[in-house]
Amino acid sequence: MSTDTTDLELVASSQAHTGKGLGTGNPADAFVIEPPRVRTKKTPRRTRTNFEMLAWLFMRLSGIVLVVLILGHLIIMLTLDGGVSKINFAFVAGRWASPFWQGWDLLMLWLAMLHGANGMRTVINDYAEKDSTRMWLKGLMGAATVFTVLLGTLVIFTFDPNI
Amino acid sequence: MPAGTLYRGREGMWSWVAHRVTGVLIFFFLLVHVLDTALVRVSPHAYDSTIQTYKTPLVNLMEYALTAAILFHALNGLRVVAVDFWSKGPKYQKQMLWSVVGVWVVLMAGAFYPILQHTLLTWFGK
Repeated sequence: MSTDTTDLELVASSQAHTGKGLGTGNPADAFVIEPPRVRTKKTPRRTRTNFEMLAWLFMRLSGIVLVVLILGHLIIMLTLDGGVSKINFAFVAGRWASPFWQGWDLLMLWLAMLHGANGMRTVINDYAEKDSTRMWLKGLMGAATVFTVLLGTLVIFTFDPNI
Repeated sequence: MPAGTLYRGREGMWSWVAHRVTGVLIFFFLLVHVLDTALVRVSPHAYDSTIQTYKTPLVNLMEYALTAAILFHALNGLRVVAVDFWSKGPKYQKQMLWSVVGVWVVLMAGAFYPILQHTLLTWFGK
């Protein structure tokens, strides 16, 4: 069979970044970002979960809730009744006497830490190019996150105003 | 290159950069903030003496800066949600960024006295 396709260069769409795949003749094609869903030989047949999609969704949903929780927290703690002047042990004891504010702070702690940890994971993945550096940074950040969430939860649940 | 379609160096990129920088700053503050609050479990004195640091003029100013970072991150985060979920979001992303900046400026101006009142009253009295 003769090769009649000499002047037609066949390039897979996964190589669109080479500028040869789209064939519009526009040099800007060279800057087209490769579609992330294109499967290559290295792509696992089946990804186990939708983790990245769920993480993306979590950032948006938790973000909306955190806007309310954190702005409310800032208004109460930093602006009302003399701003930061009023904050002391007795003030904290007064607030945590109410299950409402305990629940507010607990939800804020968990959502903010998970939202922040996932954001840091994205940042580390973006800038730490060496595999071992990336793993170490994520391990360290993950350990700090688990420690902080558990410590904060313990403090809210075991708080004793008569200490 | 097609004109006007470049993301690089324009509103989209700079808001992304600012979102990252403020996000990382807030994360590190959060780690410290949970630690200082955990002192209520040690003793009232340990907590109160640490909170005294939060009432010094420099740290009071840092609280204003932290509020600025959080407020930008919150407002721009809502813009990101709108870009992702609202059908006209990508079309109006620039207008939404300038709205974010506008609301941020107004709210930060309004928060100046309430947040810094402790320092201002200490310095200039009642």
